[in-house]
Amino acid sequence: MILLAVDWALVLEKFIFIAFIITVSLVVALYMTFGERKVAAWIQDRVGPNRAGPFGILQPLADGVKMFFKEEIIPTSSNKILFILGPSLAMITAMLTSAVIPWGDKVELFGRTISLQIADVNIGILYVFGILSLGVYGIMIGSWASNNKFSLMGGLRAASQIISYELAMGIALIALIMITGTLSLGEMVKQQQEGWWNFFVQPLGFFIFLVCAFAECNRTPFDLAEAENELIGGYHSEYSSLKLGFYLFAEYINMFISSAVMATLYFGGYDIIPFYDESAWGFSANIMALLGAAALFIKILVFIFIFMWVRWTIPRFRYDQLMNLGWKGLIPLSLFNMLVTAAVILFLKK
Amino acid sequence: MQLTNKAKLVDRKPLSIAEKIYLPAILKGMGITFSHIFKKKVTIQYPEQTRPFSPVFRGLHILNRDEEGRENCTACGLCAVACPAEAITMDAAERLPGEEHLYREEKYAAKYEINMLRCIFCGLCEEACPKDAIYLTETFAPANYSRQSFIYGKDNLVIPHPKENPEAFAKAKGLIDERKAKANQQTA
Repeated sequence: MILLAVDWALVLEKFIFIAFIITVSLVVALYMTFGERKVAAWIQDRVGPNRAGPFGILQPLADGVKMFFKEEIIPTSSNKILFILGPSLAMITAMLTSAVIPWGDKVELFGRTISLQIADVNIGILYVFGILSLGVYGIMIGSWASNNKFSLMGGLRAASQIISYELAMGIALIALIMITGTLSLGEMVKQQQEGWWNFFVQPLGFFIFLVCAFAECNRTPFDLAEAENELIGGYHSEYSSLKLGFYLFAEYINMFISSAVMATLYFGGYDIIPFYDESAWGFSANIMALLGAAALFIKILVFIFIFMWVRWTIPRFRYDQLMNLGWKGLIPLSLFNMLVTAAVILFLKK
Repeated sequence: MQLTNKAKLVDRKPLSIAEKIYLPAILKGMGITFSHIFKKKVTIQYPEQTRPFSPVFRGLHILNRDEEGRENCTACGLCAVACPAEAITMDAAERLPGEEHLYREEKYAAKYEINMLRCIFCGLCEEACPKDAIYLTETFAPANYSRQSFIYGKDNLVIPHPKENPEAFAKAKGLIDERKAKANQQTA
């Protein structure tokens, strides 16, 4: 009697795919640190890292090795378990979100149809939100366990900031969900492939989402959690070597994932060209899936560039300005956006 | 009351809506930073390229020799007196018979030391010297691990011999401008 039939091939295929996605996001995050330095340099009329390897492409490896071999300090007055748990949590939550993002269409390999999405759950976007808001735990726990008031202040700021901006982000998204009528990211992409990209339907919603994504990732101009001129290093003041590296790395993975989410939600995910049926090219399904994945990747890279571009342009907000913008600016704006969307939907249905 | 014409009245007008929502200003700023991506980079790739010095640059000292290779310095001590940082010390000695090819005059510096940590590279020693013996060149004092090694003795200061090592002599004198020669080679 078989109680539980397990499709081992499916398990294996998912396992390989998960490993692949994690590796890709780690490598991308690794090279984002390099890209960040390069973009910063270009914007400041400098050359940037160019010594390690040709064009400096080995720089991230050198940075990583340095992080590994630096002295590791755990403050005696810290809560040691939580102190180590903090960066790990930040990393884990950053990685988890990638599970529901559709990285491409289906691929046929060895007679099996493999979906380029780890889990097409029908509450995909809710899952993303859940994990995103868990992300602040890494920062909070790390800042609290450091037993340093500046770190704690940084953690507090991060927490209040993420709560404030999560609201506006959620409401902006509700407008989108009202249009698409689904929470599944895979389904959203399919709708965008057939019709318009959501950006053209919801430009204001996208803009609110973008600003909130900056805040959620603790990126400049919303990087109050690590304001060095007021809070030394902010939540990671007490961290050294690889644990600090994990925090910084988690930020880059977060950026990568939120770029992927934005590309999926508003820019058609793995759709290559808007308002165009790519099946007319006559490529096989596998090649189309790969092209789609490449298109998604390019969109992600563009978003990542925007993240960096903004970082090296705009100075950091003051804390009260941040709260003003979140509560008095973005939340009313997103409510307005939701109302207008709802009215338009009602009007069109009549 | 206006004391100078530099005073500027502070604009206390309330922000307009376009200013309040920040976005136009932010987009403008992003435009500026984006344009900088394509601008000429100001970086000088140091070990490969060096920054050209100003013609009045004052760097490390040399003790000069004349064209026959005799040391100019007579240990008169005027440079040490002129030195505001008191970086120069020296011991004088008398030239013995048979040393005429080494020292130009009867008196010479047996020991001549400049403490490069004290030196402020003002160039007063160069101006004080009646014998054209001390000059400031275009090189920096290289980094070192100990303070002692920043005290430059005669072995560091005296210029290479013009007959035994003419190339090094010309280089130290600045007769061959290395960078210009290199640049000429590259352009040619």
